[in-house]
Amino acid sequence: MSAAEKIDTEMEAFRAQAHDWLEKNFPPSLKGKGGMMMGEGGPETSADFAKWKKAMAEKGWGVPTWPREYGAGGLSQAQTRVLQQEMNRIGAFNPIGGMGVMMFGPTLLEFGSDEQKRKHVPGIVKGEVWWCQGYSEPGAGSDLASLRTQCIDKGDHFLVNGQKIWTSGAQYADMCFCLVRTDNTKKHEGISFLLIDMKSPGVEVRPIKLISGNSPFCETFFTDVKVPKENLMGPLNGGWTIGKRLLQFERAGLGGAPGGGGLNRGGETRSLDQVAKHYVGADDQGRLADADLRARVTNHLMDMRAFMLTAQRSMAEAKGNASPGFTTSIMKNAGSRIGQERAELLIEIMGNQGLGWDGAGFTANELETVRGWLGGKATTIYGGSAEIQNNIISKRVLGLLDHQ
Amino acid sequence: MAVLSEEQTMIRDGAKSWVQEKSPVTAFRKMRDSGNEDGFDRAAWKEMAEMGWAGILIPEEFGGTGLGYLTLGLVLEETGRTLTASPLISTALTATTALLLGGSDAQKKKYLPQIAEGNLIATLAVDEGPHHAPDKIALKAEKSGSGFRLNGKKNFVLDGGTAGLIIVAARTSGKPGDKSGVTLFLVDGKASGLSREKLKTVDSRGVANLTFNNVEVGADAVLGSVEGGHDILEATLDRARAGLTAEMLGQAMQSFDITLEYLKTRVQFGQVIGSFQALQHRAAKMFTDLELARSCVEGALQAIDKDANDVAQLASLAKAKVGDLVHLVSNEMVQMHGGIGMTDAHDAGLYLKRARAQEATFGGSSYHRDRYATLLGY
Repeated sequence: MSAAEKIDTEMEAFRAQAHDWLEKNFPPSLKGKGGMMMGEGGPETSADFAKWKKAMAEKGWGVPTWPREYGAGGLSQAQTRVLQQEMNRIGAFNPIGGMGVMMFGPTLLEFGSDEQKRKHVPGIVKGEVWWCQGYSEPGAGSDLASLRTQCIDKGDHFLVNGQKIWTSGAQYADMCFCLVRTDNTKKHEGISFLLIDMKSPGVEVRPIKLISGNSPFCETFFTDVKVPKENLMGPLNGGWTIGKRLLQFERAGLGGAPGGGGLNRGGETRSLDQVAKHYVGADDQGRLADADLRARVTNHLMDMRAFMLTAQRSMAEAKGNASPGFTTSIMKNAGSRIGQERAELLIEIMGNQGLGWDGAGFTANELETVRGWLGGKATTIYGGSAEIQNNIISKRVLGLLDHQ
Repeated sequence: MAVLSEEQTMIRDGAKSWVQEKSPVTAFRKMRDSGNEDGFDRAAWKEMAEMGWAGILIPEEFGGTGLGYLTLGLVLEETGRTLTASPLISTALTATTALLLGGSDAQKKKYLPQIAEGNLIATLAVDEGPHHAPDKIALKAEKSGSGFRLNGKKNFVLDGGTAGLIIVAARTSGKPGDKSGVTLFLVDGKASGLSREKLKTVDSRGVANLTFNNVEVGADAVLGSVEGGHDILEATLDRARAGLTAEMLGQAMQSFDITLEYLKTRVQFGQVIGSFQALQHRAAKMFTDLELARSCVEGALQAIDKDANDVAQLASLAKAKVGDLVHLVSNEMVQMHGGIGMTDAHDAGLYLKRARAQEATFGGSSYHRDRYATLLGY
């Protein structure tokens, strides 16, 4: 048997194993309901969901590629693809997600101490500990490094005072990974990366109501919050490097993940041309009745296809190397723009039916589309705005200089 | 960039260094200024054929290497970078594809080895008006003895003035607009009754208008079957479109690289102009579009090599996206260079002109958007 054949045989054995396990453990009632993971209403709580999450948590397949020693899957990229194929085949989805999996976990594995990894990785793997991100402040948005939340070394602990904003899911979070100021005399080199227990005395969370009517983001206040010294990740005043690395993981997730970057927000899952035929109608040759709309829908569908082909291409290029690179900045901007265009087109296509806020006269689909359209406006602002992404492409990828 | 085999990497690197040494933009400029009416340099074409480029699509049994469309695309991307004018598109890509898809064994034996050796320039003649319209073929082919008699015209035929073999899409029944009734004919470039008018176009490539006045061909000149031309023609055009986008992509890459270099060196207000955010963000937009377009080009070429069922969609996707891209990048090239970009001495204008010609070839962006929508059924 050749090496390649051996790998094929092993992969087919893994496929059979994954197939059997999924058949046994995935509750059929959840089939095709992966969208609930992206809801803005906080963690899903149904009994079947809890059962499915527990099974996946014990198997470690919620984070298939992380090391086995923390209870994760320890699978290769190739095995992970097979697992995903088998899940897709039966309409299963990964119930374990959130910022712990997408952003904090990979950063922790790269920069955390052994003790920190042992303490925090298993909770993420099992989906038991929900993490939130303490980055932005009222005075530190795009200019993140101007953040002012004070962290003072009190000998046996740190004392934190300040305010964070746009902390997604803070109202449900157990822990917060936070950028804090530990040196007022320097900008980037005065920032540290701190892990804060959200149940600590002095932490106060206030949800912010957005134009979509939802409250996915919060203001988080820290008043004399005591944080154990062991919760400092990386060196004191060395948090900026770690924080930036985490942003790369964040942008990779926002742009590249299915449904990420707002590509497909709201209730409408059909292709845009099908929705348009439903609401606008077609001529006797089957063409969309509105020629201008038809051209714009086509432009959008072509952009979408180009985006998907790019995601496939960067996956093929990065085979075996899961680290996000420069392409993630392109993906974040392209993905968020395409997602917003889709939402705008959907609202236009639905006409007056795309103007509902609540109650009678509108389908659930229409109402969700409206909320998704509004909520999606955040995608070109969060995770580094579109303009910041363009700065990053200009400077880091194209090598253009800073303005003097 | 797609993941390449060792052989593909070798061919790409070979093309890169040949183009830089033997066919920089100055070579194209020299050809243009020399009054060369062929629209390409015959000595350079000979060298390209010697390196095997004319036979990349042609199977080994007919004298080529049969390496496929992605491989030919790698070469086209490199030649596109320096605006190299050659019969690669007309002959090695388009006519070769038509022969491969529709040719009988005898026809392949007769023509393909000559093409692979670089001894036969061949082309496809489709359009008859100012726009690409393969569904509106009017050129008439009537039965004449055991063969056919051709009457009509073909416009803007690539290398039409120099081709020894012209593959002509003609109507054997029905009327313009009908999908059925189209037959492809292999016509000798020196056929009696064929007159060729070489055109001087803005991008200095060799295109010609052809007039067919009682051109007689034998029954063995039919490519594929009588009335069976439509499907071969569409499949050929899709492969030609996808291949052409590789050349266009290379050209867009190069005009972007030149512009980026200028942004890093041109000083105004005491600093390099590339430090101005107004220009940086436009550069970032171009880079993003280049990356997205590359995925479409490679996706289409790979689909052809795999004989996938969505080649038509992907070809139209690539042609539309890259058509938009070459205009964006070449216009920005002129604008960002300022006054110097307006001069004939600078290369920016050459890229701007070529972009227009390529977008129109085998259907412009709006043609392909309309087609994409139709293919998707709306």
